Amino acid sequence: MSLAKKLLWLVVALGGAFALAGLATHRGETVNALWIVAAAVCVYAIGYRFYSAWIAASVLAVDETRATPAVRLDNGRDFVPTHRWIVFGHHFAAIAGPGPLVGPTLAAQFGYLPGVLWILFGSVLGGCVQDMTVLFLSTRRDGRSLGQMARDELGKIGGYAALVGTLMILIILIAVLGLIIVNAMKHSPWGTSTVFATIPVALLVGVYLRTIRPGRVLEASAIGVVLMLGSVVVGRIVDANPTLHRAFDLEGVPLVWFLVGYGFCAAILPVWLLLAPRDYLSTFLKLGTVLLLAIAVVLIAPEIKMPALTKFIDGTGPVFAGKVFPFVFITIACGAVSGFHALVASGTTPKLIGNEKDVRLVGYGSMMLESAVAIMALIAATLLDPGVYFAINSPAGLVGANVDAAVATISGWGFPVTAVQMQSLAHEMGEMTLMARTGGAPSLAVGMASIFSSAFGEGLLSLWYHFAIMFEAVFILTTLDAGTRVGRFMLQDLLGQFSPRLGQTSWYPSVLLSSALIVAGWGYFLYVGVVDPNGGVNILWPLFGIANQMLAGIALCVVTTVIVKSGKLRYAWVSALPLAWLAIVTTTAAWQKLASHDPRMGFLAAADQLSAKVAAGGMTPEQIAVAHQLIVNQRLDALLVAAFAIVLWVLIAETVRISWRKSRGLPVPVGVESTYVRISVEVRT
Amino acid sequence: MSRVRRLWQIVRRIAGDDAYERYLAHRAKCDSSTPVLDRRAFYVAEQQRKWGGVTRCC
Repeated sequence: MSLAKKLLWLVVALGGAFALAGLATHRGETVNALWIVAAAVCVYAIGYRFYSAWIAASVLAVDETRATPAVRLDNGRDFVPTHRWIVFGHHFAAIAGPGPLVGPTLAAQFGYLPGVLWILFGSVLGGCVQDMTVLFLSTRRDGRSLGQMARDELGKIGGYAALVGTLMILIILIAVLGLIIVNAMKHSPWGTSTVFATIPVALLVGVYLRTIRPGRVLEASAIGVVLMLGSVVVGRIVDANPTLHRAFDLEGVPLVWFLVGYGFCAAILPVWLLLAPRDYLSTFLKLGTVLLLAIAVVLIAPEIKMPALTKFIDGTGPVFAGKVFPFVFITIACGAVSGFHALVASGTTPKLIGNEKDVRLVGYGSMMLESAVAIMALIAATLLDPGVYFAINSPAGLVGANVDAAVATISGWGFPVTAVQMQSLAHEMGEMTLMARTGGAPSLAVGMASIFSSAFGEGLLSLWYHFAIMFEAVFILTTLDAGTRVGRFMLQDLLGQFSPRLGQTSWYPSVLLSSALIVAGWGYFLYVGVVDPNGGVNILWPLFGIANQMLAGIALCVVTTVIVKSGKLRYAWVSALPLAWLAIVTTTAAWQKLASHDPRMGFLAAADQLSAKVAAGGMTPEQIAVAHQLIVNQRLDALLVAAFAIVLWVLIAETVRISWRKSRGLPVPVGVESTYVRISVEVRT
Repeated sequence: MSRVRRLWQIVRRIAGDDAYERYLAHRAKCDSSTPVLDRRAFYVAEQQRKWGGVTRCC
């Protein structure tokens, strides 16, 4: 490195340290969001330039003369050597879902600082490392999936644990995402009609792409995106018409049934009709909106009104229960470390990698960008008045259904807000109310709407708000479709072990049965989440976070085992350190969720408290019926969280056992790395 | 090639708009015994293949 370059990197390092120190010690009224942006840019630059380069060279020993599966098995379809920036685009579009938008919004109840630090350091030292190493391992193994690699490297137990773990997380993930859009659409005729209108748009694009102009993705998407933007305007017309307004003013439970029916249809309909067109549209919308948000944040440089730390780090926060440790690390999974990425990084993406050295940009780089999306979501949530943020995100069961009582409670916490202020905000956004709109989507939409309208034109707040809701909903529905379908395949794979017929993905009765089982699984958690007066987010989001971090733990176990088996025990800390951290975090959180005596925190404590309430009498028959459902659900959740922790520790034990055997020279399962074939550097695409 | 044209090609490539052309080019390069699919059959087959595994994330 030349002296000038050394000096430049020194400046970046000092700049990053200065920005972080500034954020950490700042205790004034507000702080400018550009401080966060500056800290993020410096941390990412250093992580990418030095850490990822070192991992690629020393730990993975990336070999640019080795032919990748895309080069060796090029079939012009799934195995295709592709330019690294194009693979980067594909991979980023695949990993970036609604997760990094929601988690940071919820975690904002602790203040901005814990979220910013975990998103930056969690990604650079954990998430990006996981994504890059898993991508590399899968590339070396002809694109084998995480489950297959777990079976090859860790043995049968590891393989089954990975499969069952993935299926459980899928179900929880879809339920919690469903809950978020139900909460965003409930009693919002504008939002509901806009989201409904996106379905015929997707069908239309599907038909266009198959019959009218087959495969013309760009023109079909352009038509679809314009129609989707039109549906936001149509929503406004619906909202203004009294009859239509009533027709789309729905309670939570009918919306649950709508989602369940939709998910089932999406899973059994041919992919070209609904799933594929919806995915094209949501990808364009996603990339466009993220870009627009980044430009707007830099352009208007908003002031962050949330304090660095709030008093809710003690675990009494209204958005979800739990202290800052371990719950900030559970709440923000996507955006820092997300186990789900390991599924995408193994399988589809490795088959496109044109040269091994591209794994750095594609694996590490894409996750860095996703982390940046999480930072933007955090900025959008923390620039709201804290009082407004808490009024939107606190469930009615906690602060009171009555608006005056709720604002009094929230103001009493030291975050002043008035009923008039909330009413006028709701009016500006074109909503009936914004009180107790839990789940993160509405508060993120308010934040995004205020950023967009101050950057690109005042007075359009209500349009921007519903655009943001539509954007989040389209995102979530795509994950719901794709997730239900993947869950169906996994279940069929499992059922196929017992009855080969059920394992056939094209046998219609098996398709119907397995789709119905998956939809029933997430539909159940979604339903209970909606009828829970404390807002199901408090239960479901931590459960999802624990599951996702557990999956990351499984992926890191596989990576650690491979590093040890390759004779590089001294470098095993690269994956073992994030693994240890995730093990500590998930185990602590799981333990608190099981054993805590606080009914908001502990599942069993909550079940006991409700049982006592029912036994004490004085409840209406309907309340008793709901209470019984909640009791069963809390006990089931306790079982699930215990299962997650057990799966993780089984895999850790396997990793330790195999590493120990390796160090003693005993036989260990042999992974199946593909053979070395040399390529000339000119073959590079 | 002009810059605009290049950019357009990159956009088409990322979106998968040129998938059929690339398929034909690949067929021309490495001949095989299976019949060449037409545009529509190729599109439907590609969608089936693409959505056979985990392609999207949270």
